[in-house]
Amino acid sequence: MLSQYPQNCVEFSAGHLLHKLYVLQQTYLHISTESMAQVAEEFELPVSQVASVVDFYAFFYQKPVGRYHMLLSNCTSCGYQTDQHNLLEIICRLLNVKPEITRPDGRVSVGETSCIGMCDHGAAMLINGVPLVGLNAEKLAHITHLISENQPLSCWPMEWFRVENNIHKQDVLLNEHIQPGSSLKKALAGDAQRLLDIILHSGLRGRGGAGFDTGRKWQLCREAEGKAHYVVCNADEGEPGTFKDRVLLQSYADALFEGMALCAYVIGARKGFVYLRGEYRYLLNHLQNILKRRYEQSLLGPSILGKAEFSFDIEIVVGAGAYICGEESALIESMEGRPGIPRIRPPFPVTHGYLGQPTAVNNVETLIAAAYVAYHGSDWFKAMGTEQSTGSKILSVSGDCRTPGIYEYTYGISVQQVLSDCGAKNAQAVQIGGPAGTLVAKKDFSRQISFEDLLTGGSFLIFGAHRDLLSVNQNFARFFAHESCGFCTPCRVGTRLLESSFQKIADGRATRQDIQEIKQLSAFVRRYSHCGLGHTAANHILDSLQDFSEAFDEKLVQTSFTPSINLDAALEDARQITRRDDADAHLE
Amino acid sequence: MTDQKIRIATASLAGCFGCHMSFLDIDEKLVQLNERIEFNRSPLTDIKHCGPSDIGLIEGGVCNADNVRVLREFRANCKVLIAVGACAINGGVPAMRNYFDLRECLEEVYLHGTGVTNPQIPDDAELPLLLDKVYPVQEVVRIDYFLPGCPPPADAFLQMLMPLLDGKAPHIANNQLHYD
Amino acid sequence: MGYHAMAINQNTLTIDGKDVHFEQGQTIMDAALAAKIYIPYLCHYPGLPPSGNCRLCVVETNGKSVAACITQAQAGQRIHSNTPELNVVRKMITQMLFVEGNHICPACEKSGNCKLQAMGYYLGMHEEHFHHFNPRRALDASHPAIFLDRSRCILCDLCVRASRDVDGKNVFAIAGRGADAHLIVNTDSGKLGDSNLDRNDLAANICPVGAIMHKERGYVSPIGQRIYDQQPINEIALGEHVPEHKERDHD
Ligand SMILES: Cc1cc2nc3c(=O)[nH]c(=O)nc-3n(C[C@H](O)[C@H](O)[C@H](O)COP(=O)(O)O)c2cc1C
Ligand code: SF4
Ligand code: SF4
Ligand code: SF4
Ligand code: FES
Ligand code: FES
Repeated sequence: MLSQYPQNCVEFSAGHLLHKLYVLQQTYLHISTESMAQVAEEFELPVSQVASVVDFYAFFYQKPVGRYHMLLSNCTSCGYQTDQHNLLEIICRLLNVKPEITRPDGRVSVGETSCIGMCDHGAAMLINGVPLVGLNAEKLAHITHLISENQPLSCWPMEWFRVENNIHKQDVLLNEHIQPGSSLKKALAGDAQRLLDIILHSGLRGRGGAGFDTGRKWQLCREAEGKAHYVVCNADEGEPGTFKDRVLLQSYADALFEGMALCAYVIGARKGFVYLRGEYRYLLNHLQNILKRRYEQSLLGPSILGKAEFSFDIEIVVGAGAYICGEESALIESMEGRPGIPRIRPPFPVTHGYLGQPTAVNNVETLIAAAYVAYHGSDWFKAMGTEQSTGSKILSVSGDCRTPGIYEYTYGISVQQVLSDCGAKNAQAVQIGGPAGTLVAKKDFSRQISFEDLLTGGSFLIFGAHRDLLSVNQNFARFFAHESCGFCTPCRVGTRLLESSFQKIADGRATRQDIQEIKQLSAFVRRYSHCGLGHTAANHILDSLQDFSEAFDEKLVQTSFTPSINLDAALEDARQITRRDDADAHLE
Repeated sequence: MTDQKIRIATASLAGCFGCHMSFLDIDEKLVQLNERIEFNRSPLTDIKHCGPSDIGLIEGGVCNADNVRVLREFRANCKVLIAVGACAINGGVPAMRNYFDLRECLEEVYLHGTGVTNPQIPDDAELPLLLDKVYPVQEVVRIDYFLPGCPPPADAFLQMLMPLLDGKAPHIANNQLHYD
Repeated sequence: MGYHAMAINQNTLTIDGKDVHFEQGQTIMDAALAAKIYIPYLCHYPGLPPSGNCRLCVVETNGKSVAACITQAQAGQRIHSNTPELNVVRKMITQMLFVEGNHICPACEKSGNCKLQAMGYYLGMHEEHFHHFNPRRALDASHPAIFLDRSRCILCDLCVRASRDVDGKNVFAIAGRGADAHLIVNTDSGKLGDSNLDRNDLAANICPVGAIMHKERGYVSPIGQRIYDQQPINEIALGEHVPEHKERDHD
């Protein structure tokens, strides 16, 4: 039994291009041109492919990072940047470094990264890839001290690295831990078609955001012809403010692997992958231990539970920092060892996925729900939720509330109810589904979480009355500009232009005409981009302009035109070079 | 239109006077035109400041503080402001310095370049201070019309100006467009 | 309706009201070009696999905007392409491609033969409108016959596909993310001079802009005699295709 297993686990670090590059990055703190050439030879790939992968993923560097490499999560919920403090500035000052530039002694480097999914833990960072939570000025001072003493991370206070589940409300999924193997036993008692019928009948829809009918997806995949079929679990969880998959992977992984095996049974797959976001690498050992146990229990590997014709293996692929890799076709590109550029769709992964073969890509929560459906039956599931949204949804609640964390509800719950449950007294708005989702203003708090009304992958970001929604928008615009894969013109250039438009508003240099332009540009990016990232990147702007235009108006100047740049600032370089400061050396 | 002549002002910012030369290239039509227009501030007249004018023609991009001031004066005084030529419209050849930091540029030219004798970056307060980049004029003031070309052909000036003299919006046909 | 009429119906769509017959498996772009209908494009090249990155070829069908070069033709599709709205969108895209790079046409050897520029003319672009990015991008003059000026690269991926799929060499790739995306060369040094690119390769000749240029061949045709001085891009495009198979270089 054990002899089957190691292929999937122990050689993990060498088998996949991303893993190999990770090891090089850890070892040499960067990936040199020479390393790239060696890797290319070893993997029999063009060196340009290796170079483009290194260039694409945020956690690979071509110049050495510090021995202590810190990336602050720069999102709106965890509060790294508030009116009172800017933790990035504080840590840079304490350590005497500039952002993104390694200190000359090579000891430290500091940068920013997109949401690392610790949104209910206060400000957080990845230090050498590991999440360190609950940051504040005091802790940063302590960190500075430990670094100055060259203390290895293993000697730092353990509790800094403790990631809690913070489950505040449980419903059907979180309440119960089904016995490993119990869903599979029930399913394997019948044939694959019977299991498919149960999933179809349950009305289960994808929990990753788009809400495609899960049974239908499995059916299409099952019917698609190919040399092999694959199951892929999307554990990329990149949407800012989403962290429920992290909790599920931490405490419900058995159900996930069970769900993957069930999917394999339906579609006829012998191989499955979990695509785990690089930010969650710290969960890898834990997940591999569970996989190992499941191999020992005959819940994975050849002849599962004695069923001769049913074999299924699961491998984990770890990403390296790219939101776009949550998009299913980009994810598959990444699994195949390339930059995460979305493919041309159609054809969809169900017919042409991993290695061009039929592939079912599902979110972590979807697969877990499938395991519960297989166990309890479809009627049980259908009895919960609404007409088109059966079952329950796990929300990741964060931002301005008393008890951020995980909340599970049956579908149809109102925004208002969630707000009361988490102690958000003063909310002016909630961003549902993350920056790519919908901004819901107070007047609409009676709206429901469901596929009929408010779709969400789980992110529920609460903005209290004191929040400056303009800076929230600015943060989101930056996020999309940073995460755009760069493939298509509208998104690659458009998100950058939107980012700079927000800078102009924030600087108090924008006019009403600029707002018109932002509106136009937003509609343009939404309509003409190639993939879901571009299609949703301007949602937050259009929503905000509709319901919170005053947040923008306050910042506008009343003239009809302002320069695109701050002209006086554009003279600063020259003032410094010539040491001039006379009246002519300034512009209004 | 009344008998009153249309007042035109022109300026060259970070440009090479090529657009002005091309304008003069309309040859004998300039004589016709001259019956209907008079020049305000322009390198052609040597009037130093732009007074109230009907049409302003701007050649050249915005590379220093002085350019900004002149451009603003034109915007404030001209009913219609036209960006003429590649440099005005997108920075043109002078914008080739935009790939470099200003410091790098100045150091190369005044300190390390070949043939530099008295290495020193000029800092005289009489000199207009340079902007970090060369900017298109429309990034600094509102522009009404654009006349591309490097320089725009002489005829294009007429296509632009004649309708304006009659109070109509000018139109440059797509097949007349040139960015070089 | 007889069987024959059915079959024709099944393979017919309309573009701006005109009936267009297509073959199974063709994209909207293939069908349009075969019918001598111009849909603007920059990253497409008849004969190469499509990419879909520039989005100039956006058309509307069924209330949705799709890229014609990567969307399968389907019977009964009613496609709108040459509409004022779409041409405004295309102009915006063209402006975006201009401001994202460094395009100084008066100082560019490609001027007059450049598709980006010709697209600007075709769409009536008088100015770039958006704030210029002024990126700093590396130049590569290490190859004896070809130089690479990344300042002008529009990331169309044509050289990548031409080299991989026609020349059989795989000389180029696109690396980096978002606005940092850039063209790289498939050599250990990253230098073009270390590649086996030949001046006669399709990849050395396909660049729509002045990013991949032949050395010592600047400004060969006088102004007035360059490609787009004489004919607009919508006419030139209809005669364009990958030349018949070339000898592959195996060294
Ligand atoms: C930019 C982008 C990011 C995405 N990120 C995720 C993600 O992190 N997790 C996820 O499950 N789905 C994500 N999706 C949706 C996936 O493409 C896909 O629809 C989903 O994984 C399907 O699984 P489901 O049907 O179980 O929801 C993303 C989509 C886009 C366009
Ligand atoms: S929309 Fe954005 S993320 Fe998607 S393909 Fe285009 S550039 Fe890439
Ligand atoms: S590549 Fe084309 S658009 Fe760019 S500078 Fe050269 S001629 Fe102009
Ligand atoms: S070098 Fe030319 S052909 Fe290659 S991607 Fe850039 S613009 Fe396209
Ligand atoms: S970690 Fe900051 S919001 Fe997610
Ligand atoms: S030609 Fe279709 S996207 Fe470029």
